[in-house]
Amino acid sequence: MINKSLKQLGAMLQGKEISSVELTQEFLKRIDRLNPEINAFITLDKDKTLAQAKHADSLLAAGKGTALTGLPIGQKDIFVAKGWRTTCGSKMLETFIGPYDADIIERFDGVGAVNLGKTNMDEFAMGSSNETSYFGKVQNPWDRSRVPGGSSGGSAAAVAARLCAAATGTDTGGSIRQPASLCGLSGLKPTYGLASRFGMIAFASSLDQSGPMAKSCEDMALMMNVLTGFDKRDSTSLNREKEDYTRDLSKPLAGLKVGLPKEYFAEGLGADVAKVVHEAIAEYKKLGAEMVDISLPNTQLSIPVYYVLAPAEASSNLSRFDGVRYGHRAKEYGDLMDMYCKSRAEGFGAEVKRRILIGTYVLSAGYYDAYYLKAQQIRRLIAQDFENAFKQCDIIMGPTAPSTAFKAGEKADDPVAMYLQDIYTIAVNLAGLPGMSIPAGFAPSEDGKRLPVGLQIIGNYFDEARMLNAGHAYQQVTDWHTQMPEGIE
Amino acid sequence: MEWEVVIGLETHTQLQTKTKIFSGASTAFGSEPNTQACVVSLALPGVLPVLNKEAVKCAIKFGLAVNAEIASRSVFARKNYFYPDLPKGYQISQYELPVVGKGSMTIQVGSGDKAYEKVINITRAHLEEDAGKSVHGAQEGMSGIDLNRAGTPLLEIVTEPDMRSAAEAVAYAKKLHDLVQWIGICDGNMQEGSFRCDVNVSVRPKGSEKLGTRREIKNLNSFKFMQQAIEYETRWQIETLEDGGTIQQATVLFNPDTGETRAMRSKEEANDYRYFPDPDLLPLAISESDISTVKADMPELPEAMKARFEAQYGLAHYDANALTSSRGTADYFVSTVEAGSDAKLAANWVMGSVSAKLNAEDKEISASPISPSALASLIKRIQDGTISNNAAKQVFEAMWAGEGDADSIIESKGLKQVSDSGAIEAIVDEVLAANVAMVEEFKAGKEKAFNALVGQAMKASKGKANPAQVNEILKKKLGA
Repeated sequence: MINKSLKQLGAMLQGKEISSVELTQEFLKRIDRLNPEINAFITLDKDKTLAQAKHADSLLAAGKGTALTGLPIGQKDIFVAKGWRTTCGSKMLETFIGPYDADIIERFDGVGAVNLGKTNMDEFAMGSSNETSYFGKVQNPWDRSRVPGGSSGGSAAAVAARLCAAATGTDTGGSIRQPASLCGLSGLKPTYGLASRFGMIAFASSLDQSGPMAKSCEDMALMMNVLTGFDKRDSTSLNREKEDYTRDLSKPLAGLKVGLPKEYFAEGLGADVAKVVHEAIAEYKKLGAEMVDISLPNTQLSIPVYYVLAPAEASSNLSRFDGVRYGHRAKEYGDLMDMYCKSRAEGFGAEVKRRILIGTYVLSAGYYDAYYLKAQQIRRLIAQDFENAFKQCDIIMGPTAPSTAFKAGEKADDPVAMYLQDIYTIAVNLAGLPGMSIPAGFAPSEDGKRLPVGLQIIGNYFDEARMLNAGHAYQQVTDWHTQMPEGIE
Repeated sequence: MEWEVVIGLETHTQLQTKTKIFSGASTAFGSEPNTQACVVSLALPGVLPVLNKEAVKCAIKFGLAVNAEIASRSVFARKNYFYPDLPKGYQISQYELPVVGKGSMTIQVGSGDKAYEKVINITRAHLEEDAGKSVHGAQEGMSGIDLNRAGTPLLEIVTEPDMRSAAEAVAYAKKLHDLVQWIGICDGNMQEGSFRCDVNVSVRPKGSEKLGTRREIKNLNSFKFMQQAIEYETRWQIETLEDGGTIQQATVLFNPDTGETRAMRSKEEANDYRYFPDPDLLPLAISESDISTVKADMPELPEAMKARFEAQYGLAHYDANALTSSRGTADYFVSTVEAGSDAKLAANWVMGSVSAKLNAEDKEISASPISPSALASLIKRIQDGTISNNAAKQVFEAMWAGEGDADSIIESKGLKQVSDSGAIEAIVDEVLAANVAMVEEFKAGKEKAFNALVGQAMKASKGKANPAQVNEILKKKLGA
């Protein structure tokens, strides 16, 4: 049962084969058994979770259930949830209890989904390995000595280890897609503005977007139906008509024009990953897709641009964590300045501090034009690259990450190597486009483990339904997405 | 050497919106600390700003009132600094692209023969949020933070360095104070901090084109203090320069107790605010139709009303100016005229007795115990000759004291003027008979004797005789 999709479990709930309480308890038991090692969840609250499950059962009994009613979902600990501890992976918020619900929490609650717990993440979503979490690193279920990716590493590991049927993530530079790739999941970052950022603790406001992490594209479509939609509390939320993301799932792919950016297959891409991605492309050809060679010439600039803009926004977004109103405050301090300095020095980890320093620097008088302004200009060029590309193709495919999951600690002391993990994902955030990663196969590690490889699918603005269609068609003819890691039975 | 002072003002006006600029929390003043601090005011993790459109309307109104350019696209920026009353660690303001651009205002300076008009150029006006307040001393050894005010909408109005004296600066500030209340965007309450001025002062040798180094006097919350602060600061800068010193750019505070200005700690100046466009807010777009909607809602502006008073009622420039100094005064005057009063008499009463009483009792005209229609009913009794001007003053006092309406007071105090020519003739005859000597003097050519006879007749009537009629009858009787 643990390997069933949201769709299948939903049908069982609707058919009264199982209750939400029973299903939830099944996952809670698995969490009790496996989470102490995998560390995918930071906070659990069984009473709250089971109360929600009970409520879902009453909805189902009354015939008021919808697709996700009664299904236990892991919520990334970046989303503020009322009455739940919400840490954002930081010591700064170790004791912070959410006083209100994020939009995404409201939406899942609203359809009777069950909040199974708050999943681990890199501190303030800054990282690509989940190693910057104050609450400890997360194991990759496919090889416990390896990282699950980040920053939504807890959500990825939880779904991969079948500790929940699906989870939410957020993606600022690849934080949904890269862990999905490293853990063998499907993950989707929607078009910027489709999902509300209200209640999602901000990292880089102009890039942050929440999205689903699940086992299949069909499940992601069901989650997209819930988590997207206009929210007047977020000024960047787009007021568009509600879509049904399942509507195109079964469309044939014949004639679909797939762009293959040459920059995504150049130096830096691991040969093992390249092989798997090429096999997936061959599969798409069999499905009737047509391959087109394209170019995204400014790809190499996306990392430097991102590491100016994201830290700039973060340095300002994280100023509110000052120890005055909530969050960590140093026990002993002299004057006000000393309280600020000590509280922030103690409350933030090394990577967060590094980015605050970079961001503060690039916004400083005398440097602003050379860094921030220049980066904004290049950001526009990167968006133009995609605009040109989509004149030649319907969707773009390539690798999600340059490598499979790496060993914990392997890149922890080399920020630039870590930042290169996001070389294929970051441009999508800079352009505000939707991007998705789906399991495309496995590459063997040097010690003989099977490590998942993700295929990235990038769509034009608001083309999520078409992307999900492309992913679903592939998942109808392959079974990569249903395979489970060993040792989690 | 002769020196010239150069002054520019930055004024923070709190906009009269019901809710805060980026959240739905109330802006009412004086509530218990932190009872008007919602999740956005508290800057909890994950919250986002949403612009209050009413604040934008206020900014457009101001732009229209000073004939300024209104930007079709302006940008909110973050001004980053740490302070306990600034919950986000940044203030949302406008930096490179403000909502209101260049405009101007005409001020009247001085009075009487020395009065003159001057155009003050407005550089810009931008929307921003107010900070909260630090509360010291409530608890031993601790400071409290009250975030009720955090997020209150402000329009910061900046002038060019166009003023050349404390009097000009105060005249501008007063005029601006009147204007923002006139167009209904600010309650003008200086005690509660709704209208706060920062004054930039520098001096230079007269005739020099180059500006001297300025010092900024922060947070002046009364016109009296503004006058004193500028005068002190100007003297201090001139003395410093004449003693061979130099002026350092600085932020200074005015101490009303000593009447002196003093520089704040110098590290305040070292702030690098790291402004950048706020990614949580889209650029503010204002269309022509947005502007025309606000325009349709604008009251008649003081300049237009002044011209109308001169043309329609034949009022003197000075009077029209005084009556349009505030919306309340103008409304009171117009209502009085509309209730049937002669316009010139109404103007005299409003600027005279009414304004004197209000000043003496430190009241706003809206709190006048005599309503415009009550004043009109009094003036009508002067116009129709029922009472004399002198009697009218008594009636006014009684009305102010709440003793009733004009007619009942005239009745109960027996102030009705005698206009019955028969009765007046009888009095005049008595006076002529009793003052033969005076009559002789008049006939001998002593003009003054006539006035004395009028006085006698008025006295005999206990002041109630219509003086014009007394004059007329006396003249007839004396064959003058």
